Amino acid sequence: MAKKGKIEVRIEHCKGCGLCITACKQEAIALSPADVTNSYGYPYLTMINENCTGCTMCAIMCPDQAIDVYRE
Amino acid sequence: MKKVYERNNIAFDMPSPYCPGCGHGVIHRLVIDAIKENRQEDNTIFMAPVGCSILSYTYLDLDVCQPAHGRTPAAATGIKRALPDSLVILYQGDGDLAAIGTAEIIHAANRGENITAIFVNNAIYGMTGGQMAPTTLVGQTATTCPYGRNPKDGQGYPIRVCELLQSLGGVTYAARTSVHSAPNVLKTKKAIQTGIENQMAKKGFSIIEILSACPVNWGMTPEKANQFVANEMIDYYPLGDFKKDGKIIQRSDH
Repeated sequence: MAKKGKIEVRIEHCKGCGLCITACKQEAIALSPADVTNSYGYPYLTMINENCTGCTMCAIMCPDQAIDVYRE
Repeated sequence: MKKVYERNNIAFDMPSPYCPGCGHGVIHRLVIDAIKENRQEDNTIFMAPVGCSILSYTYLDLDVCQPAHGRTPAAATGIKRALPDSLVILYQGDGDLAAIGTAEIIHAANRGENITAIFVNNAIYGMTGGQMAPTTLVGQTATTCPYGRNPKDGQGYPIRVCELLQSLGGVTYAARTSVHSAPNVLKTKKAIQTGIENQMAKKGFSIIEILSACPVNWGMTPEKANQFVANEMIDYYPLGDFKKDGKIIQRSDH
Protein backbone atom coordinates (compact mmCIF):
# COMPACT_ATOMS: atom_id res chain seq x y z
CA MET A 1 0.00 0.00 0.00
CA ALA A 2 1.20 3.47 -0.87
CA LYS A 3 2.59 5.60 1.93
CA LYS A 4 0.31 8.21 3.47
CA GLY A 5 1.40 11.79 3.72
CA LYS A 6 0.03 15.23 4.35
CA ILE A 7 1.06 18.83 3.82
CA GLU A 8 0.70 21.92 5.94
CA VAL A 9 0.45 25.23 4.08
CA ARG A 10 1.51 28.59 5.49
CA ILE A 11 -1.52 30.36 4.10
CA GLU A 12 -0.11 33.88 4.49
CA HIS A 13 3.08 32.90 2.61
CA CYS A 14 1.30 31.25 -0.36
CA LYS A 15 0.93 33.42 -3.47
CA GLY A 16 -1.20 30.98 -5.46
CA CYS A 17 1.31 30.58 -8.33
CA GLY A 18 0.23 26.93 -8.76
CA LEU A 19 3.68 25.46 -9.51
CA CYS A 20 3.13 22.87 -6.76
CA ILE A 21 -0.11 21.73 -8.44
CA THR A 22 1.78 21.04 -11.70
CA ALA A 23 4.44 19.11 -9.75
CA CYS A 24 1.94 16.93 -7.82
CA LYS A 25 1.67 13.49 -9.44
CA GLN A 26 -1.20 12.44 -7.12
CA GLU A 27 -3.50 15.37 -7.99
CA ALA A 28 -4.01 15.84 -4.26
CA ILE A 29 -3.83 19.65 -4.12
CA ALA A 30 -5.65 22.63 -5.63
CA LEU A 31 -6.01 26.36 -5.10
CA SER A 32 -8.83 27.77 -2.99
CA PRO A 33 -11.75 29.39 -4.90
CA ALA A 34 -11.04 32.92 -6.18
CA ASP A 35 -13.17 34.50 -3.43
CA VAL A 36 -11.33 32.67 -0.61
CA THR A 37 -7.99 34.43 -0.21
CA ASN A 38 -5.30 35.20 2.34
CA SER A 39 -4.85 38.73 3.67
CA TYR A 40 -2.75 39.70 0.62
CA GLY A 41 -5.60 38.74 -1.74
CA TYR A 42 -4.02 35.57 -3.13
CA PRO A 43 -5.94 32.27 -3.39
CA TYR A 44 -3.96 29.66 -1.46
CA LEU A 45 -3.10 25.97 -1.64
CA THR A 46 -5.38 23.36 -0.09
CA MET A 47 -5.49 19.55 0.00
CA ILE A 48 -8.49 18.21 -1.90
CA ASN A 49 -8.25 14.46 -1.21
CA GLU A 50 -6.34 11.77 0.71
CA ASN A 51 -3.99 10.80 -2.15
CA CYS A 52 -0.91 12.57 -0.72
CA THR A 53 2.11 10.26 -0.39
CA GLY A 54 4.43 12.87 1.16
CA CYS A 55 6.78 12.85 -1.87
CA THR A 56 7.79 16.52 -1.21
CA MET A 57 7.67 17.48 -4.93
CA CYS A 58 5.27 20.38 -4.19
CA ALA A 59 7.56 21.76 -1.49
CA ILE A 60 10.61 21.43 -3.79
CA MET A 61 8.86 23.55 -6.44
CA CYS A 62 7.43 26.16 -4.01
CA PRO A 63 9.21 29.52 -4.46
CA ASP A 64 7.83 30.82 -1.15
CA GLN A 65 8.68 27.99 1.25
CA ALA A 66 5.00 27.82 2.12
CA ILE A 67 4.69 24.01 2.36
CA ASP A 68 5.76 21.63 5.13
CA VAL A 69 5.46 17.91 4.32
CA TYR A 70 4.73 15.02 6.71
CA ARG A 71 4.97 11.31 5.96
CA GLU A 72 4.04 8.18 7.95
CA MET B 1 3.53 11.56 11.20
CA LYS B 2 7.15 12.53 10.68
CA LYS B 3 8.09 15.90 9.26
CA VAL B 4 10.07 15.24 6.07
CA TYR B 5 10.28 18.75 4.65
CA GLU B 6 10.37 21.96 6.63
CA ARG B 7 11.05 25.63 6.09
CA ASN B 8 14.69 26.70 6.22
CA ASN B 9 15.03 29.12 9.14
CA ILE B 10 17.75 31.20 7.42
CA ALA B 11 14.81 32.84 5.60
CA PHE B 12 12.85 35.18 7.86
CA ASP B 13 9.28 34.15 8.67
CA MET B 14 7.67 36.32 5.99
CA PRO B 15 6.33 35.85 2.45
CA SER B 16 9.19 36.00 -0.06
CA PRO B 17 9.56 39.51 -1.55
CA TYR B 18 9.21 38.28 -5.15
CA CYS B 19 6.28 37.96 -7.58
CA PRO B 20 4.20 34.73 -7.64
CA GLY B 21 6.04 31.96 -9.52
CA CYS B 22 9.41 33.78 -9.58
CA GLY B 23 12.47 31.53 -9.80
CA HIS B 24 14.40 33.63 -7.28
CA GLY B 25 12.40 32.14 -4.40
CA VAL B 26 13.41 28.58 -5.32
CA ILE B 27 17.05 29.54 -5.96
CA HIS B 28 17.28 31.45 -2.65
CA ARG B 29 16.01 28.36 -0.88
CA LEU B 30 18.53 26.09 -2.64
CA VAL B 31 21.38 28.44 -1.70
CA ILE B 32 20.38 28.69 1.97
CA ASP B 33 19.78 24.91 2.12
CA ALA B 34 23.33 24.36 0.86
CA ILE B 35 24.69 26.92 3.36
CA LYS B 36 22.84 25.18 6.19
CA GLU B 37 23.97 21.68 5.16
CA ASN B 38 27.58 22.89 5.21
CA ARG B 39 26.97 24.62 8.61
CA GLN B 40 28.18 27.98 7.26
CA GLU B 41 25.22 30.13 8.48
CA ASP B 42 27.44 32.33 10.66
CA ASN B 43 30.33 32.38 8.21
CA THR B 44 28.57 33.37 4.98
CA ILE B 45 28.63 36.73 3.22
CA PHE B 46 25.87 36.92 0.65
CA MET B 47 26.68 39.37 -2.15
CA ALA B 48 23.40 40.74 -3.49
CA PRO B 49 23.28 42.45 -6.90
CA VAL B 50 21.26 45.37 -8.19
CA GLY B 51 18.04 43.89 -9.56
CA CYS B 52 15.08 42.02 -8.10
CA SER B 53 17.27 39.90 -5.84
CA ILE B 54 18.52 43.01 -4.02
CA LEU B 55 15.47 42.25 -1.86
CA SER B 56 17.29 39.22 -0.43
CA TYR B 57 18.56 41.44 2.42
CA THR B 58 15.00 41.72 3.72
CA TYR B 59 14.44 37.97 3.40
CA LEU B 60 17.65 36.20 4.43
CA ASP B 61 19.13 36.09 7.93
CA LEU B 62 22.71 36.33 6.59
CA ASP B 63 25.36 39.03 6.32
CA VAL B 64 24.46 40.71 3.03
CA CYS B 65 26.58 43.19 1.08
CA GLN B 66 25.04 45.06 -1.82
CA PRO B 67 27.64 46.86 -3.99
CA ALA B 68 27.07 49.21 -6.93
CA HIS B 69 25.47 47.87 -10.10
CA GLY B 70 27.58 45.12 -11.67
CA ARG B 71 30.47 45.59 -9.24
CA THR B 72 29.50 42.63 -7.07
CA PRO B 73 32.47 40.40 -8.19
CA ALA B 74 34.91 43.26 -7.49
CA ALA B 75 33.52 43.83 -3.98
CA ALA B 76 33.42 40.06 -3.38
CA THR B 77 37.11 39.86 -4.34
CA GLY B 78 37.97 42.38 -1.62
CA ILE B 79 35.82 40.66 1.01
CA LYS B 80 37.19 37.21 0.21
CA ARG B 81 40.80 38.43 0.30
CA ALA B 82 40.23 40.20 3.64
CA LEU B 83 38.31 37.24 5.12
CA PRO B 84 39.71 34.17 3.32
CA ASP B 85 37.93 31.68 5.61
CA SER B 86 34.44 33.08 5.04
CA LEU B 87 32.03 31.66 2.48
CA VAL B 88 31.34 34.34 -0.14
CA ILE B 89 28.28 33.72 -2.34
CA LEU B 90 27.94 35.93 -5.39
CA TYR B 91 24.30 36.14 -6.42
CA GLN B 92 23.70 38.05 -9.65
CA GLY B 93 21.02 38.40 -12.29
CA ASP B 94 21.55 38.72 -16.02
CA GLY B 95 21.35 42.52 -16.08
CA ASP B 96 23.94 42.78 -13.33
CA LEU B 97 26.35 40.04 -14.44
CA ALA B 98 25.99 39.90 -18.22
CA ALA B 99 25.37 43.59 -19.01
CA ILE B 100 26.82 46.27 -16.74
CA GLY B 101 29.08 43.89 -14.82
CA THR B 102 30.63 41.93 -17.71
CA ALA B 103 34.12 43.31 -17.08
CA GLU B 104 34.03 42.52 -13.36
CA ILE B 105 32.83 38.92 -13.73
CA ILE B 106 35.31 38.08 -16.50
CA HIS B 107 38.28 39.40 -14.56
CA ALA B 108 37.18 37.93 -11.21
CA ALA B 109 36.83 34.57 -13.00
CA ASN B 110 40.14 34.97 -14.81
CA ARG B 111 41.99 35.75 -11.58
CA GLY B 112 40.51 32.58 -10.14
CA GLU B 113 39.07 34.33 -7.10
CA ASN B 114 37.94 31.69 -4.64
CA ILE B 115 34.22 32.55 -4.71
CA THR B 116 30.99 30.86 -5.80
CA ALA B 117 28.87 32.75 -8.34
CA ILE B 118 25.16 32.05 -8.73
CA PHE B 119 24.02 33.58 -12.02
CA VAL B 120 20.24 33.75 -12.41
CA ASN B 121 19.35 33.99 -16.10
CA ASN B 122 15.73 34.98 -16.72
CA ALA B 123 16.36 36.58 -20.14
CA ILE B 124 14.89 39.95 -19.15
CA TYR B 125 15.42 42.94 -16.85
CA GLY B 126 12.89 42.14 -14.14
CA MET B 127 12.98 44.98 -11.64
CA THR B 128 12.99 47.88 -14.12
CA GLY B 129 9.96 46.64 -16.05
CA GLY B 130 10.85 43.99 -18.61
CA GLN B 131 13.42 45.63 -20.88
CA MET B 132 15.60 43.58 -23.25
CA ALA B 133 18.64 42.02 -21.54
CA PRO B 134 21.82 40.67 -23.21
CA THR B 135 20.38 37.20 -22.58
CA THR B 136 16.96 37.83 -24.18
CA LEU B 137 16.33 35.17 -26.85
CA VAL B 138 16.18 36.06 -30.54
CA GLY B 139 12.52 36.78 -31.33
CA GLN B 140 11.51 37.17 -27.67
CA THR B 141 9.52 40.33 -26.98
CA ALA B 142 10.39 42.86 -24.28
CA THR B 143 9.31 46.43 -23.63
CA THR B 144 12.35 47.77 -25.54
CA CYS B 145 12.01 45.26 -28.41
CA PRO B 146 8.21 44.96 -28.81
CA TYR B 147 8.56 43.19 -32.20
CA GLY B 148 10.97 40.62 -30.80
CA ARG B 149 14.75 40.76 -30.49
CA ASN B 150 16.28 41.06 -33.96
CA PRO B 151 20.10 40.72 -34.26
CA LYS B 152 19.96 42.15 -37.80
CA ASP B 153 18.48 45.34 -36.34
CA GLY B 154 21.53 46.05 -34.17
CA GLN B 155 20.23 44.28 -31.05
CA GLY B 156 22.89 41.58 -30.94
CA TYR B 157 22.74 37.91 -30.01
CA PRO B 158 22.01 36.40 -26.58
CA ILE B 159 25.19 35.93 -24.51
CA ARG B 160 26.01 32.41 -23.29
CA VAL B 161 27.89 33.18 -20.10
CA CYS B 162 29.04 29.64 -19.20
CA GLU B 163 30.54 29.12 -22.66
CA LEU B 164 32.20 32.54 -22.39
CA LEU B 165 33.78 31.83 -18.99
CA GLN B 166 34.78 28.18 -19.43
CA SER B 167 37.90 29.08 -21.41
CA LEU B 168 39.35 31.19 -18.57
CA GLY B 169 42.13 29.55 -16.57
CA GLY B 170 40.87 30.66 -13.14
CA VAL B 171 37.48 28.95 -13.50
CA THR B 172 37.32 25.56 -11.83
CA TYR B 173 33.62 24.77 -12.23
CA ALA B 174 31.02 26.05 -14.70
CA ALA B 175 27.56 24.54 -15.03
CA ARG B 176 24.16 25.53 -16.32
CA THR B 177 21.00 24.25 -14.66
CA SER B 178 17.34 25.19 -14.51
CA VAL B 179 14.54 25.40 -11.94
CA HIS B 180 11.54 24.79 -14.22
CA SER B 181 10.72 21.31 -12.86
CA ALA B 182 11.34 19.31 -9.69
CA PRO B 183 14.11 17.04 -11.15
CA ASN B 184 15.94 20.12 -12.44
CA VAL B 185 15.60 21.84 -9.05
CA LEU B 186 17.34 18.83 -7.47
CA LYS B 187 20.14 18.99 -10.09
CA THR B 188 20.54 22.70 -9.37
CA LYS B 189 20.88 21.93 -5.67
CA LYS B 190 23.68 19.49 -6.46
CA ALA B 191 25.47 22.06 -8.65
CA ILE B 192 25.27 24.71 -5.90
CA GLN B 193 26.64 22.19 -3.41
CA THR B 194 29.58 21.49 -5.79
CA GLY B 195 30.25 25.23 -6.08
CA ILE B 196 30.30 25.68 -2.30
CA GLU B 197 32.53 22.60 -1.82
CA ASN B 198 34.98 24.02 -4.37
CA GLN B 199 35.17 27.28 -2.45
CA MET B 200 35.66 25.53 0.90
CA ALA B 201 38.44 23.43 -0.67
CA LYS B 202 39.97 26.68 -2.08
CA LYS B 203 39.85 25.38 -5.65
CA GLY B 204 39.00 28.68 -7.36
CA PHE B 205 36.11 30.32 -9.15
CA SER B 206 32.85 28.42 -9.62
CA ILE B 207 29.88 29.66 -11.63
CA ILE B 208 26.43 28.09 -11.68
CA GLU B 209 24.11 29.61 -14.27
CA ILE B 210 20.47 28.93 -13.45
CA LEU B 211 17.67 29.38 -16.00
CA SER B 212 14.70 30.88 -14.22
CA ALA B 213 11.26 32.14 -15.19
CA CYS B 214 9.98 35.73 -14.92
CA PRO B 215 6.22 35.17 -15.39
CA VAL B 216 5.18 38.79 -14.80
CA ASN B 217 7.54 40.44 -17.30
CA TRP B 218 7.18 37.62 -19.85
CA GLY B 219 3.42 38.13 -19.64
CA MET B 220 2.70 34.47 -18.87
CA THR B 221 1.20 32.39 -16.08
CA PRO B 222 3.86 30.74 -13.86
CA GLU B 223 3.09 27.35 -15.44
CA LYS B 224 3.39 28.69 -19.02
CA ALA B 225 6.60 30.52 -18.09
CA ASN B 226 8.18 27.27 -16.88
CA GLN B 227 7.09 25.60 -20.14
CA PHE B 228 8.80 28.48 -22.00
CA VAL B 229 12.03 27.71 -20.13
CA ALA B 230 11.71 24.01 -21.01
CA ASN B 231 10.78 24.49 -24.68
CA GLU B 232 12.59 27.66 -25.79
CA MET B 233 15.39 28.66 -23.39
CA ILE B 234 17.03 25.24 -23.04
CA ASP B 235 17.34 25.02 -26.85
CA TYR B 236 19.63 28.05 -26.84
CA TYR B 237 21.12 27.59 -23.36
CA PRO B 238 21.90 23.86 -23.11
CA LEU B 239 22.03 22.43 -19.56
CA GLY B 240 24.87 20.53 -17.96
CA ASP B 241 28.48 20.91 -16.83
CA PHE B 242 30.87 22.99 -18.95
CA LYS B 243 33.93 22.74 -16.76
CA LYS B 244 34.69 20.50 -13.82
CA ASP B 245 37.82 20.47 -11.64
CA GLY B 246 39.44 22.92 -14.07
CA LYS B 247 38.91 20.67 -17.11
CA ILE B 248 36.73 21.78 -20.03
CA ILE B 249 34.06 19.19 -20.81
CA GLN B 250 33.78 18.58 -24.55
CA ARG B 251 30.15 18.81 -25.62
CA SER B 252 28.43 18.08 -28.90
CA ASP B 253 25.36 20.33 -28.50
CA HIS B 254 26.75 23.43 -30.24
